[in-house]
Amino acid sequence: MAKWSAKVWVVIGVVALALIVLVAVLAGVEGKSRKLFLLTLMNGLTLGALYFLVASGFTMVFGLMRNVNLAHGSLFLLGAYIGYEVAEITGSWYLGVAAGFLSMAVAGLVLQIFVFRHMQGQDLRQTMVTIGISIVLADVMLAVWGGTTYQFEPPDWLFGASTLPIVTGHRSSGAAVFLKYPTYRLVLLASAIVIGVALWLFLHRTRVGMMIRAGVDDRAMLQASGINVQLVFAITFAIGAGLAGLAGVVGGTALSIAPGEDVRYLLASLIVVIVGGMGSVTGAAIGALLIGLAEQFGLAYMPTYGVVLTFLIMVAVLAFRPQGIMGRAA
Amino acid sequence: MTISSASDLEQPRLPSLPVKPWQILVLLLLIVYPLMVPDFWRLQVGAYALILGVIALSLTFLAGYGGMVSLAQMTVAGVAGYAVAIFGVNSAALGLGWPWWVTIPLSLAVATLFATLTGWLSVRTAGIYTIMITLAIAVAFFYLVRQNYVIFNGFTGFAGLAPPPVFGLDWRAPLPFYYLSLGVAGICFAAVVYMSRSTMGVALQGIRDNPRRMAALGFNVRAHRIAAYALAGLIAALGGILLVWFNGRISPGSVGVDRVIDILVIAVIGGLRHPTGAFLGAIVFVLLENFAIDLIDRERFNTVIGIAFLAIVFFSPDGLLGLWDKASRASRTLAGATKDWNGR
Repeated sequence: MAKWSAKVWVVIGVVALALIVLVAVLAGVEGKSRKLFLLTLMNGLTLGALYFLVASGFTMVFGLMRNVNLAHGSLFLLGAYIGYEVAEITGSWYLGVAAGFLSMAVAGLVLQIFVFRHMQGQDLRQTMVTIGISIVLADVMLAVWGGTTYQFEPPDWLFGASTLPIVTGHRSSGAAVFLKYPTYRLVLLASAIVIGVALWLFLHRTRVGMMIRAGVDDRAMLQASGINVQLVFAITFAIGAGLAGLAGVVGGTALSIAPGEDVRYLLASLIVVIVGGMGSVTGAAIGALLIGLAEQFGLAYMPTYGVVLTFLIMVAVLAFRPQGIMGRAA
Repeated sequence: MTISSASDLEQPRLPSLPVKPWQILVLLLLIVYPLMVPDFWRLQVGAYALILGVIALSLTFLAGYGGMVSLAQMTVAGVAGYAVAIFGVNSAALGLGWPWWVTIPLSLAVATLFATLTGWLSVRTAGIYTIMITLAIAVAFFYLVRQNYVIFNGFTGFAGLAPPPVFGLDWRAPLPFYYLSLGVAGICFAAVVYMSRSTMGVALQGIRDNPRRMAALGFNVRAHRIAAYALAGLIAALGGILLVWFNGRISPGSVGVDRVIDILVIAVIGGLRHPTGAFLGAIVFVLLENFAIDLIDRERFNTVIGIAFLAIVFFSPDGLLGLWDKASRASRTLAGATKDWNGR
């Protein structure tokens, strides 16, 4: 319990620090630069939300099965393409989202049952297999969907921009100017929070979640207590892969889908999980926020060195806390 | 996590020092080979396979003897290539134009330093984390060179890169370039074989098998691992410079994730247990790349190589060398017990 409360203090400390910085910066600037800052902040938050959706599945699978699924980015992209096709045929964006989740959940199940179960405990071999799968999948996807960029059409109520109750400046008449932001991205942010909380509740308040957490800590002991570990693995893999597919459709709507996106989201997942700590959903949330913000602020304020900022965060974490912010020493 | 990738790899056999007749035969064959074939086979197949082999060799050394699977080896080669372009002469008129005897050692030093830093970062965690961290480094470098125009000239990269005319020879010509590549590959190969038998090499293999015991014996585990990264980095850098001369250009695509994975594919297809594997894998890879066009659509090369890679990982984790061993063992004894990936 003492360890847990220490973690909580770390989280509170980080959030408090971020708020202080935010208020300090906002108090200092007004007008254009304030608007740029706020927009960058919102972009960072929504990108972080998207990264969280992708990385939470990655971290769960890794934490439980010690399986670094380097095909996770491919699952993201494949889910997006399948979701796109379904949305095109049925004309319903919601069905597209569901298809993205379900198709990849099934793909994850198939992978777990037909591939990874046969090489249990052989980390390196499993990882190599996922690399092989991602090579083949990327090529097959290129063959089927080509090099064009696809764009989803979200439902009407998600279209357009919303006005946020945040003042960016004042007109000469004295009327306050409020910040406008795309509605869809706000919904993305909200749904990531809902999914994150649901995932947390699932892991911490349900029986299956308890089994998964026990498996992360001690797989052999869980098996010895009479739990069907294979079933737990299959469920975890299905949820993890499904989340990647879901993120594919949701993220593809916010940005776009094209070949190469698989690598981008794989990199994001890797860094988020290295920074946040393996196997921790809370860690993934913190890591995703940090990386999303770093990427957007890097893009806005030092355009050609944006990646360096992301990378420096990873280096700093590895230097001072090799197991990640919320990770436990292996 | 201390037992992950270290024990996943089978222990390489110590290469026996007395040179066997067939080894001399192979060497002679490599020397006379370019005299018997047209330019395409000298350059696009021979020299290219040797260069990829050198870069893959750096991974074989790290993974086979050090138990550390680094995906950043192509990136180290790319750093060397970019350094050659930036310090030396290139057609984008962005190079500093320094003479080759400054550029080459400097590029090697920069790339080795980069490799050492990569090692310093990745040895902070163990086992499977290494793959993740080195992959993250590789992809981050790719995005950096693609979006940075001030230093790396962004998406375009650099062109017009050629070996310097030393001793009045045009090293870009197929025959000299083949022998240059063969010379570098031979030196690197010999260095790795020698290394594996040296005190440091044996200590490294001990660390791969049981880091805790080696630490208890008084060996500095981290220093050995970082030194291995530095040496592998130097080898990769040599390969990287040759590669940039071979291509005549370097761009973000040269250090893209496909290329990074290609090196892993080459090393694994050949077999991580012995330095020979890197070159064997490179030959197979280059032949597939050049002639898969006759079997299937050129565009689908990645599917072919991906499936070949999967097949090797599934059925012969020790690569083609492992297949060879299995075959020769089976021919010697019918009850040849084969080992799986974990040596069980």
